[in-house]
Amino acid sequence: MSAEASISVTGLRKVYATRDGPLTSLDGVTFDIRPREFVSVLGPSGSGKTTVLKIVAGLENKTSGDVRVDGAEVTGPQRKIGIVFQVPALMRWRTALENILLPSEILGIDKGAAREKGLETLDLVGLRDFANRYPNELSGGMQQRISIARALAHDPSILLLDEPFSALDMMTRNQLNIELLRIWSERKKTSLLITHSIPEAVFLSDRVVVLGPRPAKVLEIVKIDLPRPRMPEMRVSKEFIEIVDHIGRRIGLEYA
Amino acid sequence: MPGKPNIVQWIKVGVTLLALVVLWELACRIFAIAPFLLPSPSAIVSRMIEKPMLFWIHGWYTLYETFAGFILAVAVGLVSAAIIVVVPSVRDVLMPILLIAQLVPKVAIAPILLVWFGYGVVPKIVIAFLVAFFPIVVNLANGLVSVEKELLDLGRSLEASRWQVFWKFRMPAALPDLFSGMKIAITLAVIGAIIGEFVGGDRGLGYLIIIANQELDTPLAFASLVVISLGGIVLYALIEVLERIVIPGRQPLQQPQVSS
Repeated sequence: MSAEASISVTGLRKVYATRDGPLTSLDGVTFDIRPREFVSVLGPSGSGKTTVLKIVAGLENKTSGDVRVDGAEVTGPQRKIGIVFQVPALMRWRTALENILLPSEILGIDKGAAREKGLETLDLVGLRDFANRYPNELSGGMQQRISIARALAHDPSILLLDEPFSALDMMTRNQLNIELLRIWSERKKTSLLITHSIPEAVFLSDRVVVLGPRPAKVLEIVKIDLPRPRMPEMRVSKEFIEIVDHIGRRIGLEYA
Repeated sequence: MPGKPNIVQWIKVGVTLLALVVLWELACRIFAIAPFLLPSPSAIVSRMIEKPMLFWIHGWYTLYETFAGFILAVAVGLVSAAIIVVVPSVRDVLMPILLIAQLVPKVAIAPILLVWFGYGVVPKIVIAFLVAFFPIVVNLANGLVSVEKELLDLGRSLEASRWQVFWKFRMPAALPDLFSGMKIAITLAVIGAIIGEFVGGDRGLGYLIIIANQELDTPLAFASLVVISLGGIVLYALIEVLERIVIPGRQPLQQPQVSS
């Protein structure tokens, strides 16, 4: 099973050297993500969940364990991965479209084709009309949508989202959850979302990996049996609330 | 200064300046102040009209020194800042040295430079270069390292080359800082050139002021001062125009952070 998994993380440990001695951030984290599956890693602040994403992305080194993407050991960054960060991280000197075209420029993709793809991706995130606007002319939510479009523009097979909505207000966040759900259902990338919002994780994911406090281990992997396509109304359904409550108790118990 | 000055604001500034000049003129006339103490604006202007060629010739000379020193400072500053940023081991050694060197009063070096380079144009250009170099390299280096961590992560995740990271990520991010540095540098370069002329030489507006002082020709000194100031304003404005052309987008324009 693990061989055909798009992402597999087995016994992942991360220990930081600090002044007060070694600090264990991740203590044997194991989970996998199948092709085209949407999985969230959920955990309290400081649980090292972002570290999981960075190691999968090849941006940070692990201490021990086995991390594979498409069966191959991760040794560094790879272009089949698109990343959305906590902050939009847009270039203020580039327009929305130019920001989206950045990856294809670096990858040396033909300009005309890239532009067409870029506009298509802008359409996907619903910001075609804002192609020529600069980031400081866009709202925080719009900026994060541009950043999602940038991550998708060069058509990577994997999408990593590092708490992409944590800096946004609740209303914008809910709206972008629905937006991301729609985008994902159109593009069906193998996706890993890092979040500390239980409803967000439940609403978007096929499975939720629940991390405990530091040193983080996997408390439980919760399969979300809500039908797809998911509708905003589902968030007030009995099943949804039961799952949210279950995960909440699971995390809460560990802190009691 | 919050926001861009608009036309109304410019008119206010112009009217205020004009009022000050009128007050000055009136004060000189009413109190009959001796011209060698404080010449009236009309006396200064008439001095300028009397021998316009004098100011053109000496003005061009000073402008040449200023500009040569400034361009040299930009060129050397660009290369140094790039090396400092791209090679981290160099940065750790060079940045503190640069900051210490910035504390050395470059003006005090002028007499030594005269010994080394003679009385011609070279020592003036070197002084202009020295004073203009530091704000450029310090501002630019700061700008080049100030790129968001997440943007650099994005670059790494796309396996961008060092070259791509420099030109696509760092340099555009640093352009506002480069221009901040250049605005400080151009005003300092003028001062550098004038200092050079003060210390030794036989041409330039700084030389003209020295001569005027020796002859108690205060209107001539003031006239030279006016020409220097106008030149400085024009050079500063040119850099601002260049900034507006080079930096795309409607970013808030940065004001220089340091002055000397």
